[in-house]
Amino acid sequence: MAVKLLSEKCKGCEKCISLCPQGALSMDGKLAVIGPECNMCNQCTEPKFCPFGAFEYVETAAAEVGVDISLYKDVWVFAEQRDGKLMNVSLELLGEGKKLADNIGCKVCAILCGENVENLITELYEYGADVVYYASAPELKTYNPDSYTKVINDAVVKYKPDIVLFGATHIGRDLGPCVAVKAETGLTADCTQLDIDPTDKKLMQTRPAFGGNLMATIVCPKHRPQMSTVRPGVMSKLERQPNRTGARVDLEVSFKPGDIRMEVVEIVKAMKEIVSLTDAEVIVSGGAGVGSAEGFATVKKLADRLGGVVGASRACVDAGWIDHSHQVGQTGTTVKPRLYIACGISGAIQHLAGMQSSDYIVAINKSDNAPIFEVADYGIVGDLHKVIPAIIDALG
Amino acid sequence: MKIIVLAKQVPDTNEVTIDPVTGTLIREGVPSILNPDDANALEEALALKDQNPGTTVSIISMGPPQATYMLRECLSMGADDAYLLSSRAFAGADTAATSTTLAAGVKKIGDYDLIFAGRQAIDGDTAQVGPQTAQRLGIPSVSYVQKIREVKDKTIVVERALEDGFEVIEVQKPCVLTAIKELNMPRYMTVKQIEDAYAKEISVWDEKDLNVSPDKVGLGASPTQVAKSFTPPPKGAGEMLSGTVPEMAATLVAKLNEKHVL
Repeated sequence: MAVKLLSEKCKGCEKCISLCPQGALSMDGKLAVIGPECNMCNQCTEPKFCPFGAFEYVETAAAEVGVDISLYKDVWVFAEQRDGKLMNVSLELLGEGKKLADNIGCKVCAILCGENVENLITELYEYGADVVYYASAPELKTYNPDSYTKVINDAVVKYKPDIVLFGATHIGRDLGPCVAVKAETGLTADCTQLDIDPTDKKLMQTRPAFGGNLMATIVCPKHRPQMSTVRPGVMSKLERQPNRTGARVDLEVSFKPGDIRMEVVEIVKAMKEIVSLTDAEVIVSGGAGVGSAEGFATVKKLADRLGGVVGASRACVDAGWIDHSHQVGQTGTTVKPRLYIACGISGAIQHLAGMQSSDYIVAINKSDNAPIFEVADYGIVGDLHKVIPAIIDALG
Repeated sequence: MKIIVLAKQVPDTNEVTIDPVTGTLIREGVPSILNPDDANALEEALALKDQNPGTTVSIISMGPPQATYMLRECLSMGADDAYLLSSRAFAGADTAATSTTLAAGVKKIGDYDLIFAGRQAIDGDTAQVGPQTAQRLGIPSVSYVQKIREVKDKTIVVERALEDGFEVIEVQKPCVLTAIKELNMPRYMTVKQIEDAYAKEISVWDEKDLNVSPDKVGLGASPTQVAKSFTPPPKGAGEMLSGTVPEMAATLVAKLNEKHVL
């Protein structure tokens, strides 16, 4: 796969030079030239990019050395546990994995690592796992990239899953890359949408790139497993089915000296308040318009009244008005609550990327041309310090 | 101590906007910068150099020829030498192929005690190249490093950020550590350093210099490929409420009740 310039079609208009997101195009006399910055994003083959259709997308024998993909089956989810508790994103991935598995007629399986965490196996069945692969060892008690990578890679080599999904947590985004290299396959980071082509079981992995300005759909055609890390809070978990059961496969675990080259000496929980933005049904978020750390009291009042939590834009976090754990957006948390109320947030694309899939969005902003209004279901132009108290009054 | 820093030149994505008519990215005038997390990686290496006389800091990047500007910036901050891995053969690489190329470059530089990298680059946001380069070199890696506690003879003790706290990890050297912005505040360049940086040679290596087969790098060695890319579809604009503030507030509450949102 590559992008090629059809020199007979290029008119030398130079229009494309500024449009290429990678800046990969330059002019050589009257012809555009594709430089090494090209990452085959394929934007240039769109008619709006080049009106003369001078860029062509060509299928080449890319990544020639692959594997026999017919040997691989099932969708696996890394069941991430911390302190003996499953992370919510792992349950969300079981829900998503089930959808993918149903599309291609296979099972959804969980792979669970820890020490004496058998009690989590039932929970995984109840959230949709047909099979749980379970590895128990003292070396797996807390996450360690060395021990976890070895165990998961050994299981992948032995059981050959078609797809492996990790939550895009600080742990999943560390483990995924290590396993992908060991398993000699590809990995797509921080996906926000997964689809499967039922004809060839190709996983279409969609993710934001370029600070959320661009979405890219990534495939891994010739290598297996197809691996993704998936952003927490984006997929939906299944309703828990009490007493649902499944199959259990115990993995053999053994380590040689030198396998584990680091030690987790201590885990320190932050004393700060844990803000569960991803689980919240209602989020009331403040932006630059809030004006100060004290201004967040107004925002919090509305959040409390609605039984929600307080979110914030990056501007407020950078200004030190509120802790980073409240930040919604590309570099913060992605949320999709039932109701998102944006107060004094102009709506930078990085912020929108993190909240625009909320069910209902209300925007309150002084400026009637703030971009936030473009994604809002209901917009109110006005000062949030006046509008919020009025809403609280109206709520009775 | 010998330290190698992996760096990338990236477009400043904060400056990127979308053409409202065509829906394409407007890249004109968007500056290329040293990736922010990589600046933290370099700063930490330079801080260790300040504390440990005799330490050298080498900087290595894969990218187009114009990435030498970014490397000069790194030299101006205080790096000792710089290497650019640049070739048409490296183009179109995903993180799997990029890490192969960087690992080959690191091996050619020679011995090292520590490798620093930024956690992720702002144009791709994958956070994969650091850990994957470590895997290819056969050394351990710790990502999301927010603090270095102690450099010991054979190990280094670091803090790794978690969503709700951090872990203290003691890891064997040599290893790869990926930096987040909480790690430090990158230093500024001085005029003297900028002058010195321009006197320095930047080594540019291609696949022949690295002695890697062209089928192990670039697009052809990338398991993942971009099937398509598109600008996110904007959600249809909603309804702007009108009236006085109390009227708008009442309308809003009524509408949310009607939709059973409240």
